[in-house]
Amino acid sequence: MTEPQHGDRPHLPGPSLYPIAFAAGVACILVGLIVNPKIIVPIGAVIAILFGFLWARDATEEFRGEPVHAIEPESGGPPESTDAPAIPANQGEDAMPAPEPGERFPRNRFLEGATLGLGAVIGGLVTVPAVGFMIVPAFKGQGYPKVDLGPLENFTEGRWFVTKFFMHPGSDGEVSHRTAYIRNNGQLDGEPSFTIISNRCAHLGCPVQPNGPVQDNQKKEIDGKAGQRITMIPVIPAGGYGCPCHGGQYDVEGNRVSGPPTRGLDRYEFSVVDGHLILGKPYSVTRVDGEGKTARIHKYKLAGPGQHVDGWEQILYPLQPPH
Amino acid sequence: MAVAARNKKSARRRQLEAAINYPIDWLEERSGLVGGIKYFIFRKVPGDTNWFHTLGSATLTAFLVQALTGAILAMYYKPDPQSAYQSIQHITNDITLGWLVRGMHKWGASVFIILMFFHMARVFLFGAYKYPRELNWIIGVMLLAIGMLEGFTGYLLPWDQTAYWATVVGINLNGTAPFLGPFLADFLRGGAEIGGETISRFYAMHMLLIPGLIFALIGLHLYLVIRLGVTSPPWSSAAAGSEAAGEEPRTNGRSGLTQPAARSGWRRNGGEG
Ligand code: HEM
Ligand code: FES
Repeated sequence: MTEPQHGDRPHLPGPSLYPIAFAAGVACILVGLIVNPKIIVPIGAVIAILFGFLWARDATEEFRGEPVHAIEPESGGPPESTDAPAIPANQGEDAMPAPEPGERFPRNRFLEGATLGLGAVIGGLVTVPAVGFMIVPAFKGQGYPKVDLGPLENFTEGRWFVTKFFMHPGSDGEVSHRTAYIRNNGQLDGEPSFTIISNRCAHLGCPVQPNGPVQDNQKKEIDGKAGQRITMIPVIPAGGYGCPCHGGQYDVEGNRVSGPPTRGLDRYEFSVVDGHLILGKPYSVTRVDGEGKTARIHKYKLAGPGQHVDGWEQILYPLQPPH
Repeated sequence: MAVAARNKKSARRRQLEAAINYPIDWLEERSGLVGGIKYFIFRKVPGDTNWFHTLGSATLTAFLVQALTGAILAMYYKPDPQSAYQSIQHITNDITLGWLVRGMHKWGASVFIILMFFHMARVFLFGAYKYPRELNWIIGVMLLAIGMLEGFTGYLLPWDQTAYWATVVGINLNGTAPFLGPFLADFLRGGAEIGGETISRFYAMHMLLIPGLIFALIGLHLYLVIRLGVTSPPWSSAAAGSEAAGEEPRTNGRSGLTQPAARSGWRRNGGEG
C-alpha cells in the first residue's frame, strides 16, 4: 500500500456547489411526492439527475486523467513581500515565552476542573437514578400476604395435609405456588392449634417431600377468591421429610436429622378468622422440643435457607432485608 | 527484480491496483485502522508458540458464537412467566432451524466455559501469568466469574422445573454469603420470592448487562495480549534473558513466582523490561 502523498498541496478539487444542488433536487422530489407528484417530482428529478451527473463528473476527474482545475491563488491576505526575507517559525524572537516544563495556567486548570466536575455531575444525574431503579424495588413492597386456607373443618384433627396454595394468585399466578405441611393439633387453652411447616428446605430451598404415603385418592381442591386454589392431600409423614436435592432429612416436626441443612424447617404463623384458617408470616426455626400443640418452638426472624440464625455463625448474617 | 516486474505492468493493471488501493488508503489516512490491523496480524510472537496458544482464540470464538446465536434466539424468546416455557418449546419444535440454533447456544455455553478453563490451565501451566502479565490474569479471573454468571442467568430462561429449582438453589447459595448475602439474594430475585420479576431481570442481565461487560473485558484482555506479547512455552530453549548473548537475565529484581515469564514478546515488540 502506498502512503498518500499530499504534502502541502491543497486538496483537490475545490469546493463545489453541485452536491448541494443535487440535494435540493432530491428534496424537491420528496416534497413533490406529497404536494404534487405529477409536476414537482419530474422537476426535482431533472435537477437531481443533472447536478448528480455534474457532481460525478467533477469528482472522478482525477481518475479519468482529465486535467485538474488549477487552484487560483487566494486574493486578499497580508500584502505580498517586503524586502526582508520571511523568518521561519522556528527562528527569531518568541512571541510568547515558552512554558516551564509542567507549568499550568489558571485557565487551563479551570477548564480541566470544569470538564471533570461537569462530567461527574452529568454522569451522576444519569447513573444514580438508574442504579437506584435497578436495586431499590427489589427491597420494597415485600412482606407476606394473608392466605385463606379454607374452613377449619377441612383439617381433620390429628392428620397431616399436604396443602398447596398460591401466595399471589392475582399477580404471579402459578409461579407463586407454595406448599406447606399442616396438622390440626386440636384445642390448646381453648384456642385452635395448628402446626404449619414450610416445605422449603433449610439447606438451599428445594421442596422437601414427606417420607410416607401421600393419599392422592383423597385429594380435595377448593377454589378461593381471585384465582386462589387450595389443594389438600392427606399424608402420613411417618419418616419425617426428605429433600431430593442433597439428601437433607427432617423429622415430623421439621427438626434437622441429617444432611446439609443448617437448621429445622421454617414454619408459618396462623390465625383463625370467621372459622377459616388464615396463613400468616413465615419464620425460621432452629429446633422444636416436644410434639404437637405442646411443642416448644425455637423461633427466629425469617432467614434465607442456609443461613444460620443461632450459634456463633449468626454473626455472619447481622442484617436481613426488610421482609 | 521487483522494479523490473513493476515496469512490466500494463496500464490496465496499474489502474486496477490504484482502484483497489484507493479505498484502503482512504481508510488508512483517516483512521490508521489498516496500519493497526497490520500491526496486530504481523506482530512478533515467539517462534515456539504452539497449539495451546490457540485456546484463548478458541474461547473468543465460542463467545462470539454465543453472542450471535443468543441475539437470534432473542427474536423468538418471550421472557415472561406465562410464555417463556412455551416460546422455548416453539423454538425447538416448530420454528425452522430453531432446534439447531438453540442447540448451538445451549451446548456452546458449556463449550465456552470449558474452553475458558482450558485456556486458564495453559496460562497457569506455562507460567504466563507472571510479570508483566499479572493484570491480564486478573482480568481473566473477572471474565471467568462473569462468564459463569452469564451461564447462571441463562439457565433460568427455559423456565422448566430444572431451570426453576436450579435457580432457587443458586440464588439461595448466594444468599448464604456472609453479611451482604441475604441482600444479594433479594437483588437477584427482584424480591423475597422468585417470580415474574426474576425472569425479566435475569433476561436483561443475560442479554445486555453481562455480555456488554464481557465484550469490554475481552477488549482490555486482548489489548494487553497485544501490548505485552505472548509467552513462549516453559521448555523454550530461549529462556528469559538469554536471547541477547552476554546479557544478564532481566528479572527486574524479582524471584520465584513473580519472576518474569520466559522470553517476553513485549520486549521484542519494543517494550521495556
Ligand atoms: C472470555 C474469556 C477469555 C478470552 C476470550 C480470552 C482470550 C485470550 C486470548 C485470545 C489470548 C492470547 C493468547 C492465548 O490465546 O493463549 C489470551 C491470553 C491470556 N489470557 Fe485469556 N481469555 C479469556 C479468559 C481468561 C481467563 C479466565 C484467564 C485466567 C484467569 C486468562 C488469562 C490470560 C493471560 C494471563 C494471558 C496472557 C498469556 C500469554 O501472554 O502468554 N484469560 N486470552
Ligand atoms: S436443598 Fe435440601 S438438601 Fe440441599
